[in-house]
Amino acid sequence: MYKVRRWVVRHARLFESLYRGFEPVLIRLHPFWRRIGYARAEAPVKAVEKRVKGFLFDCQMCGKCTLSATGMSCPMNCPKNLRNGPCGGVRANGNCEVKPEMRCVWVDAWEGSRQMAHGDRIQVVQEPVDFRLEDTSSWLRVVRELADHPRERADSGADG
Amino acid sequence: MKFDDEPVPGYSLPILPGHVSPGRLERVLRAGKFAITSEIDPPDSADPAEVLKRAAIFDGYVDAINATDGSGAHCHMSSVGVCSLLTRVGYATILQMSCRDRNRIAMQGEILGAAAMGACNLLCLSGDGVQAGDHPQAKPVFDLDSMSLLEIARGMRDDCCFQSGRKINVPPRIFLGAAENPFVPPVEWRPHRLAKKASAGAQFIQTQYCFDIPRLRDFMLKVNDLGLLEGPDRVFILPGIGPLASARSARWIREKVPGVHIPDAVIARLEGAENQKEEGKRLCMDLLHQIREIPGVSGAHIMAYRQEHTVAEIIETTGVLEGRVPWYPGRDNPAELNPESPDARPEELEPVQG
Repeated sequence: MYKVRRWVVRHARLFESLYRGFEPVLIRLHPFWRRIGYARAEAPVKAVEKRVKGFLFDCQMCGKCTLSATGMSCPMNCPKNLRNGPCGGVRANGNCEVKPEMRCVWVDAWEGSRQMAHGDRIQVVQEPVDFRLEDTSSWLRVVRELADHPRERADSGADG
Repeated sequence: MKFDDEPVPGYSLPILPGHVSPGRLERVLRAGKFAITSEIDPPDSADPAEVLKRAAIFDGYVDAINATDGSGAHCHMSSVGVCSLLTRVGYATILQMSCRDRNRIAMQGEILGAAAMGACNLLCLSGDGVQAGDHPQAKPVFDLDSMSLLEIARGMRDDCCFQSGRKINVPPRIFLGAAENPFVPPVEWRPHRLAKKASAGAQFIQTQYCFDIPRLRDFMLKVNDLGLLEGPDRVFILPGIGPLASARSARWIREKVPGVHIPDAVIARLEGAENQKEEGKRLCMDLLHQIREIPGVSGAHIMAYRQEHTVAEIIETTGVLEGRVPWYPGRDNPAELNPESPDARPEELEPVQG
């Protein structure tokens, strides 16, 4: 919902900490996910993730969540699906070129990132979306990656 | 400025040490000369002569010609088509590539094709939304954004591989560019966003129309503070300028064209003038003078949509080239003249025997 997602961005710091608390919990559940099988866990986890993130961020389930690097503003709500910053068409009032009544997702992202402890991750170039991951759980993917390679992503935080 | 090793048209220059492309634009910029680029409005036609005619208008005044890629989301001849025609007679081109219309498979293929046709400069763009154009019912693709396009193009050139990791035998030798708009929100982020583009591979930047010198100056200071204007990985910045036809058209552009910021003072200046068109041109010349004085600026990109004939006058009057005559077909050898140039003598027709 538009109003909720804008509220979330205004409280990006809070959601950053929530995510940072939530992530280790999911990772600790790694043996559990492994026992029931990641493939079998996919459907129920995905359903929960879709509800929660859909409500909070208008999540589009791209499967490659970068909220922590985008000030908690989901870049898939940008009509051009830009993952690395605003286009040059942002209106003087900070609204979107394509949808004039909508605040630019990236203007919000920048403001959100300024509140976050690790907000400068917005300056790091993000890879393009892998369309095979569309409509899959980003949480499970991240947990699996973190469980397998804990050090590589140790300071990344709040993905998913 | 003349390069001693300028070969016959259609063939690329040798790549100098520290350079990435065989193109003239990179040479002019790295030589520290004030570079001028302009853009062609691609025809709604399959006539090659129309493209050459539109290029000839810039002969002797520009270092490279941008070929726009469906600008304003309107359908025109493709930028690869335009560049291929222009490089055949030796023009330096800047191939604009927008992420709006193609996925990564098409774009990487096009980069190879364009480089094979002699295009040495690539400007990576996100592209205007389809709602702005003549086909609002089209599917906006946006498989990549301009940042990933830059990164992928750089990978193709420097690592000789596609995004998939598959090898490229002969890489595209291209000088990579990106766009920036320092005049729209989030203004505070814009210099950092430029840094992000530089780290993704951008080597030159062409900006959106600049009508606000203080804002550009501020932007350039911050870009300089970020260390982007020095060292071997420096970025060359060419602010965009253009003549406004009238106060009315300025207002129209401000409202309808995404991302163009025109301060009220500019519109007031045009309104107060007797001959608004003349004043628009003078304003553009003033801007060019002021831009040239801003530390760190490497040139200017003149977008004179439907007023292309004014580019020569603007450059001539302001003297920004300092007597330098950028190469054009026929500059050194009249036999190489662009066949559509007004100076080209039409072949005499043989009288029809009756």
